[in-house]
Amino acid sequence: MSGTHEPAEGAGPTPPLLEISDLRVSYEVGSRSVKAVRGVDLLVRSGEALGIAGESGSGKSTLVMSFLRLLPATATVTGRVSYHGEDILTMNWGRVRAVRWAGASMIFQGAMSALNPVRTIATQISEPILLHEKVSPRTARARAAGLLSDVGLPATRLDAYPHELSGGQRQRAMIAMALACDPDLIIADEPTTALDVMVQAQILQLLKDLTANRSVGLVMISHDLSVLAEVCDRLAVMYAGSICEIGPTGEVRTDPRHPYSAALLDAFPVIGDPASRRQPRGLPGDPPDATATAPGCPFAPRCAVVMPSCADHEIELWPAGPQRQSSCLRVLPEFAADRPNVNQRPDGAMASVTERNPGR
Amino acid sequence: MTDSVPDAVDARVAASAPPLGRPPARFAGLRRRAVQFFTMPTGFFGAAILVIVIGTALFAPLIVSPADLDVTKVSGPSLNPPLAGYPLGTDQAGRSVLDLVIWGTRSSLVVGLIATALTVVVGTTIGLVAGHYGGWISRLLMQVTDWFIALPGLPLAISLAAVLGQGNASIIIAIAVTSWTGTARLVRAQTLAVSARPFVERAKALGAGDGQVMRRQILPSVVPIVLVTSTLKIADSILSAATLTFLGLGNPMDVSWGSILNSALGQGALTAGAWWYLIPPGVAILIVVLGFTLCGRALETIINPRTETAR
Amino acid sequence: MSAAAIEVPGPADVLEARNLRVTFSSRRSAAPARAVDDVNLALGRAEIIALIGESGCGKSTLARALVGLVKPQGGQVISQGAPLKYSKAALRQHRRSVQLVLQDPAGALNPRHTVYDLVAEGPRLHGLTGNLYERVCTALTQAGLRPPEQFLARYPHQLSGGQQQRVVIAGALALEPSVLVADEPVSSLDASARGEVLRLLIDLRDTLGLSALVVSHDLGLAWNIADRVAVMYLGRIVELGTVEEVLLRPQHPYTRALLSILPGRRSAQTLTLLQGEAPDPAAIPGGCRFHPRCPLYAEKADDPRAQWCRERDPQVLPALSDSHLVACHFAASGAPDNPTAPPASAVGA
Repeated sequence: MSGTHEPAEGAGPTPPLLEISDLRVSYEVGSRSVKAVRGVDLLVRSGEALGIAGESGSGKSTLVMSFLRLLPATATVTGRVSYHGEDILTMNWGRVRAVRWAGASMIFQGAMSALNPVRTIATQISEPILLHEKVSPRTARARAAGLLSDVGLPATRLDAYPHELSGGQRQRAMIAMALACDPDLIIADEPTTALDVMVQAQILQLLKDLTANRSVGLVMISHDLSVLAEVCDRLAVMYAGSICEIGPTGEVRTDPRHPYSAALLDAFPVIGDPASRRQPRGLPGDPPDATATAPGCPFAPRCAVVMPSCADHEIELWPAGPQRQSSCLRVLPEFAADRPNVNQRPDGAMASVTERNPGR
Repeated sequence: MTDSVPDAVDARVAASAPPLGRPPARFAGLRRRAVQFFTMPTGFFGAAILVIVIGTALFAPLIVSPADLDVTKVSGPSLNPPLAGYPLGTDQAGRSVLDLVIWGTRSSLVVGLIATALTVVVGTTIGLVAGHYGGWISRLLMQVTDWFIALPGLPLAISLAAVLGQGNASIIIAIAVTSWTGTARLVRAQTLAVSARPFVERAKALGAGDGQVMRRQILPSVVPIVLVTSTLKIADSILSAATLTFLGLGNPMDVSWGSILNSALGQGALTAGAWWYLIPPGVAILIVVLGFTLCGRALETIINPRTETAR
Repeated sequence: MSAAAIEVPGPADVLEARNLRVTFSSRRSAAPARAVDDVNLALGRAEIIALIGESGCGKSTLARALVGLVKPQGGQVISQGAPLKYSKAALRQHRRSVQLVLQDPAGALNPRHTVYDLVAEGPRLHGLTGNLYERVCTALTQAGLRPPEQFLARYPHQLSGGQQQRVVIAGALALEPSVLVADEPVSSLDASARGEVLRLLIDLRDTLGLSALVVSHDLGLAWNIADRVAVMYLGRIVELGTVEEVLLRPQHPYTRALLSILPGRRSAQTLTLLQGEAPDPAAIPGGCRFHPRCPLYAEKADDPRAQWCRERDPQVLPALSDSHLVACHFAASGAPDNPTAPPASAVGA
């Protein structure tokens, strides 16, 4: 377990916290191969929060589940998931379990199903501490109480059973469990989706404070870009199993460089923005079939600013500014001529990026 | 595509499926399940047994002539072990035991099937009504169900048959009265589960009354499970029918496996050591029960409630 | 902006809740849950109202009471100017004119039925079987599933989420209703389908003059499509007005809190996180039902009006008014950063 708690900051010989290279996941369904993740590269440094946005079927859940080898045996995973320089995909199971206990933990969407209904919160939080750290039950309980107060639950809830807690409290207890062994990486799968708006705001605030204070790496996935923007430093947008845009949160939100990111941002209006008043914006069409292997940009059939080259040009993530990448052909110099109009659609259904005014 | 008779319109809709790339899921699902059923050993052997048994029942008049079963017209030796012309020996009156068992298939199957049908209809209706309406109706019906569950089955059946008189009708009623409770409870539970699903609320919001909701929305979701249990129940019913007939509650003129056993016992086959008279009807009952049970188990695996409600 | 938005509710109202109360009694707890606790709301012709609130605030129950699926314990539902009777025939008639669209289209569509049967279900139930084929195709076209013939033989699982919701809406349209009551119509849909379905609701209003009450937890949805907004808290409407009034100049501290927490879309307001979760409708606090969580009350504990918050229930907001209404003791004479609040709002004393 050595190295788990060491900071992995900086360049040089210290490997980064989490580095994903050319990750591919496919499932064999009958005679067809469903390609859920199609070659993803990512880097998460210690203390950094990365948000992955995408709609259902974009492959975002499959992607993060593969980090900790939580996928069913029917999935074929290739590529490299390097955690502190060690490839999780080739580790033996004992080591994987050790990483899951102490190094990286996961927060799931449905707290009720992830908590054991017949055991108290205190037992569930102290269990990994007891197993892993050889401390006395008393110390473990004290640690559990401390964790509860960290996540904003009174220590009196220690002996409560999951059903005695409200939805928000259960999600807080889940987060406390995830923090039990001082992980340096937390993976959160739609941590607020099932929660009410006010409770969602509370949990997002909590995640934000935790990542800021503990220098934990956070990978959070959601279908809602604005939820991710609350917590994350960088945003990645996934479409059809690949990342189509990645960059610092503020820049991606104010100036998306991929028409799909722009459409996702436009789906939720800015209150007070006259452009979205009585103008709900959607994206016609459906995501491509996950078994498809057509060349070209997978977003082309739904894209408002599609060009002839999009149909057959090979797509990869190109640099699109400092620390930014996009898989839209229009970020390439040879197609940049019509850049200013990139996100303008004749019927105005998709606002121009330059007209957007999210600061309001 | 202008004005036309509604019936013709529905037919046209059914015919307008081709624009869709793949065949409608209803038939695809059915075919997939049929293949699944027959590739399972239980399903295959169960179905094979039933085909043979039902075929025997249907073609019994071609195999056996009624004259061979008439005590006054037969000419075989009395209570004889198997010999040429009588592969399973003969009974007291000189009839071929094989002929009796073949002919008995008809009555045993018919009684079992009718009793099960009655059980299923009563149980499904009561379960559906109790589950759909809830409240005091449900409480009342479930009280009645509990009461029937608490009643001892065989004594009740015997006394019922005694009151109603000997005959297949009393046996059928006796079986139905004692076995509808299981179906009722199952259907009620399933009804409650289906009623909680949003499409039932949508149907109500569209203006569907209770009857329409039960018929169009709930019943189709309940039927597959009822189908499975009733297949298993047929086996029970045949066994119960044989038991009751054996106890002398059946029609004495009717040939069924139970009545064969009954007369075998009455005519001293046991003391005479006439095993050929006792074993064949017993084995026949065993085979039929096995056939229905295997089919029921196979259906159960395919139409598992868990996979069924998922889609 | 359509003319409908300016239309003052009044005789043109198509659906109205008048002092509506719905309670649920559970056998275990003695106190019944007051899910809808004295609500007035009037939906005008070709008007879209967004009913906003947290889960458990009674917004879905109010929607179901308006559709006639839940029988109120008090007050009335006024449909086309006449109080709704709860006889079978009256309910059938009511359901032809007021249709419900549910949250989860995948669950709302019976998986065993084809699109044709699903859309034809309503007309068949009401005996409208003449030209059924045309009726179904028209409804599908109106719901944006074009060409309709291509969808008729499909099953729900062969459609995307957005298409499924369009089938649900087509099923409602096939009865030619005058009102759609939509309970979280887009919350289970992907972001891209969300805008498409909301646009459809606006188009239906513009082309068919359909009124809609859209129940949601999402204030952004109100900004996208609604003419007026009603904010509901613990069974009561606490703020009611046009979208611009309520969302740009919120008066009730609860509305302000809801606006301040919109993730990533925060305006100049500072984050106001309410602590805890909404209380149980079986134990509604005395006085103003919001005061235990109210940031304004906490801030102004010394103000003499704070006593009202503890002791007096703010007046129930009327349905018939063309002004911005707020059920808050402090709003009556202007909240701190908005001294120009209309005097018509929330009369405390």
